[in-house]
This record gives sequence, C-alpha cells and structure tokens, in this order.
Amino acid sequence: MKISTIKELLNAQILCCEENINREVFSACGSDLMSDVLAYVKDQAVLLTGLVNPQVIRTAVMMDMICVIFVRSKKPGDEIIELAKESGIVVMITDKRLYEACGLLYSGGLRGNENK
Amino acid sequence: MSDKLTFNFDVDGEDFTSAGQASVQIKRNLRQLGIDSDTIRRVSIAMYEGEINMVIHAGGGTAQVNVCENCIEIVLKDEGPGIKDIDLAMQEGYSTAPDNIRSLGFGAGMGLPNMKRNTDEMKIESEIGVGTTVTMRVNYGG
Repeated sequence: MKISTIKELLNAQILCCEENINREVFSACGSDLMSDVLAYVKDQAVLLTGLVNPQVIRTAVMMDMICVIFVRSKKPGDEIIELAKESGIVVMITDKRLYEACGLLYSGGLRGNENK
Repeated sequence: MSDKLTFNFDVDGEDFTSAGQASVQIKRNLRQLGIDSDTIRRVSIAMYEGEINMVIHAGGGTAQVNVCENCIEIVLKDEGPGIKDIDLAMQEGYSTAPDNIRSLGFGAGMGLPNMKRNTDEMKIESEIGVGTTVTMRVNYGG
C-alpha cells in the first residue's frame, strides 16, 4: 500500500516529508508501548500510536520505519517533526482512534507481520 | 577496515526527551561505513534500549561503540545505583522503572532481554552504589 493511500483511508493530515508519500509499505503495527515496538516488531514500516513524544520517532528510526501516524488528533510538537524530517519519516495525524485506524488499514489490505 | 574505529558519546541523564540521540547518530555513522542494514538495526536497537535504561535508572552515562572488522562492540557505562539482581532484571516483564516512565511508552521490563536478543554476546557488570557497565557485541560479515 502506498503511504498516500493510508492518508486517504484515515482521512489524515500530513505534517512532514510529504515527498515520500509514494513509497510502498507492506505491513504496519499499532502500539502505545515503545518497549513492545522495539521488542516485537519486525519489518513493519508504519507505526500507529496514541503516544506523542520524541521517543516515538527515535523508536521508528531504530526500526527502519518510514511512516508514523498519531491517532486521536494528537498533534506532535515542532521538536518531534524536526526529528522525523532528519530521517525522512512521513508523519501524519488522524482523528480516528487507534483501534479504528488499525482496522481501516487492515481491511484496506495493509496487514501485520504474517511471517511470524 | 582493519583498524578499530571508535565513537564516544555522553548520554545526558537530565532529560528523557533527548534519550536515544547517540543511537540515532551511531545508526547514521554505521550506514556511512557501509555496514549491512540488519547489523545496523541490531546494534541500534540494543544501544537505544541501553541508552533509555541509563537515562531512566542511572542519571545518564557514557556510550562507546567500537567498529572492528567482524564485530561491533557497544560499551555502556554509568555511575548509577547498580543492579541488585541481574538474573531478575533479565526476566521479561520485570521492571523497576517508575510509573511516569511507563506513561512515556517505556519501562515494560523488555529492555535488557531485548538487548540480549539483538546481540551475540552481552555482559553486565554491576556494583551497588558504584554503577553498571554493559558490554555487547554484534558479529557481522565474516
């Protein structure tokens, strides 16, 4: 799925790195616990989360993710956006809740890690 | 690259929001050196978890990364309170992190086990009241 399709499915607003929205992603994960993302995620390129702090972006960088979606309209501050820009990570916000946002992407064809 | 290449970082313990800066930087350094992406990911996850630990538990410390021909060594050193029971600390889900850290998305007791999982060797030396040194090694190439 293209990042641009994610934006449409979630009716999301892109906050940075819009130049990368044509990149293709194959799986995603949703979590507010970065410990879990660091321990269990494998090859998911998209992170959906309700947690808003710079560690979300750093976690995404460590996991080679290319898109972070903040749910429930939580707007990240400038520091977070700057960090994402440094690594070319597309950041968007949606008014959907985490469960709903994940469900919309899943039913749209973007799955979790099925090789596990 | 027959000689060892060393990177040193100070990990600031004052501010949780800045935790992880060294790991982001080392990731860039390793990429510039042309190290394969799987190795880079393992090194940076292990170091990031360690860095977060130093900020949460020890008020910061230092990180040294040695890039050798066939391995990358990460040495994280702090002068924090030390780890009382290392076996217990290695158990998944065991955590002594305060609640405010949990609300920031960490402190689930996954850090040390995840560091071990992502490295080929890990050694923890800790003395109560003196500090902790974690040495990790990731083999690559070869």
